[in-house]
Amino acid sequence: MPSYVQSIVAEGLCKSYGGHHAIRDLSFSVNRGEVVGFLGPNGAGKSTTMQILTGLLEATSGEAYVAGYAVARNPAAVKRAIGYMPENNPLPEEMRVREYLRHRARLKGLDRRTTRSRVEEVLDLCDLQRKAARKLIRSLSKGFRQRVGIADAIIGRPEVTILDEPTIGLDPHQVLVMRRLVERIREHTTILLSSHILAEVEISCDRVLILSQGRLVAAGTPTELRREFIRNHRYIAEVRGESAALRREVAAVHAELAVTRVGEPDEDGFYSAEIECPLAEDFAEPLLQRLHACPALRLRALARRQPSLEDIFLAATKRSWELEMNGSVTQTAQSGSAA
Amino acid sequence: MSHLPTLLWHELRVLFVSASTYIAAILALVMMGFFYYFTIIQLVAADQESPPGELFFSTFWVPVLLVVPMLTMKSIAEERRLGTLQTLLTTSVSAGEVVLSKFLAAYIFYIVVWLAALAFPLIAAQVLSQDGIRDLLLDPGPLLGGYAFVFLTGALFIAVGIFSSSLTRSQLVAGMLTFSITFLLIIGVMALQLLNLSSEAEVLAAPALSYLQIFNHFEDFIRGVVDTRPVIYYLSGTALVLGLAVLSVEARI
Repeated sequence: MPSYVQSIVAEGLCKSYGGHHAIRDLSFSVNRGEVVGFLGPNGAGKSTTMQILTGLLEATSGEAYVAGYAVARNPAAVKRAIGYMPENNPLPEEMRVREYLRHRARLKGLDRRTTRSRVEEVLDLCDLQRKAARKLIRSLSKGFRQRVGIADAIIGRPEVTILDEPTIGLDPHQVLVMRRLVERIREHTTILLSSHILAEVEISCDRVLILSQGRLVAAGTPTELRREFIRNHRYIAEVRGESAALRREVAAVHAELAVTRVGEPDEDGFYSAEIECPLAEDFAEPLLQRLHACPALRLRALARRQPSLEDIFLAATKRSWELEMNGSVTQTAQSGSAA
Repeated sequence: MSHLPTLLWHELRVLFVSASTYIAAILALVMMGFFYYFTIIQLVAADQESPPGELFFSTFWVPVLLVVPMLTMKSIAEERRLGTLQTLLTTSVSAGEVVLSKFLAAYIFYIVVWLAALAFPLIAAQVLSQDGIRDLLLDPGPLLGGYAFVFLTGALFIAVGIFSSSLTRSQLVAGMLTFSITFLLIIGVMALQLLNLSSEAEVLAAPALSYLQIFNHFEDFIRGVVDTRPVIYYLSGTALVLGLAVLSVEARI
């Protein structure tokens, strides 16, 4: 096996179907032992990229490496190094959980004796022991099916585990179980997972890759992405007193600061107000001092609102759409002037 | 081909626990039982030129048209519909192993169903104890020839079923396609021979049509004539159709 630091490397991957480009010039890497979240709106090319990495689809151009092996030139080695749970997690309905995992372990090259112990190990890891292991797959709930899918993905001790939407259709409790499961298996494998539950990705993943219209539009840790995409700050203050006084005091801290929303007062007369600052500079401390010192106002709380991954996602995808639109407008203008 | 035993074991298990397989087997055996019963009735009513084994095996196409689609229609189409084919091919299993394991499992079951039909002459020989009839019923020539023919043609028909199943996600479409192709293979050549072709075309086409005519091969087999041409026809046909099924699986994951 070749030595490698990066478990996954994609270099200029393109995939087109007829005239439609599913992914375009996609380059990224995932380091060994990392958990990376793959985000993007529907049709962004996440599943296509995952299928190229697993060797199920051939890229139109570009090169992908998994565990040091080129996917196009050494598909058998890549398949041995990879554990994959596809979107919707298809499973044979008429098999029992333990029996299915044994079958999959044998297909992944485990010998008879190792299969037996490894199956028990993953059943335990995925909380499928006792009753669930004996059940027919068709009688399992969505959460248990997802666990079986993950158990199958990791049963061959893969170097890289790719999970396509492992939290889709799960209730909050099951999402929590899935988060714990990802935490447990990350010790043994590099994980690339796609999800629509952005808060979940933020908690579980070390890094995030955001895809839009087949292109990589953002990559980094949530903190790095916040810095790159969300320039402004937002503060939530809980105050009592006239809103006009609040607006005056906020403007006094810096001319760019503005109160953008004032809520209804509660039974004690306190209301929440949203203060927005378009600058990168942080005004939390001067704002706190000013509002606290103002006799016309009583400040109960002041919090800086951390932009969520959802905000970053929206900002990143919006930027890519705008660039796309500008590109096509420029192209149209050029072809118009040429004519 | 290192995964073939694991896959074959799995496919056999799936076939042997599936209700539709048993329905197909029972229906086929009931049908064969009736045919054998009528063969015996004919034998008792009047002297027959052909031995009972030949009369029974001449109706092979009726159970074939019923059993083959039912045994094979689910094989790849259902896996494709559920998406489990994709999961299977993310392991180091090849499309060839998948197709071959499904073919072998269905073929083994097909053989089991036909071997079960061996009970009819054995039971009849026990009930009809006259020596002459008994020897006639258990005459090994037509029985061996008939079984060799059924097993050899069965390989091609099962391969056609697997190929049809690889083309679609719908079991129903796969079943109908298998029925149609098998029907054409058995009856189609005979129908072509009945057409009034021009004398030149007839001269050119006659040897080819005769080579493909399954009923001609049946007569040879039942009389103990071992001709390698039909054997090559069925084996190469089976390999060709299975190859097409592999291409279909690889192309449309």
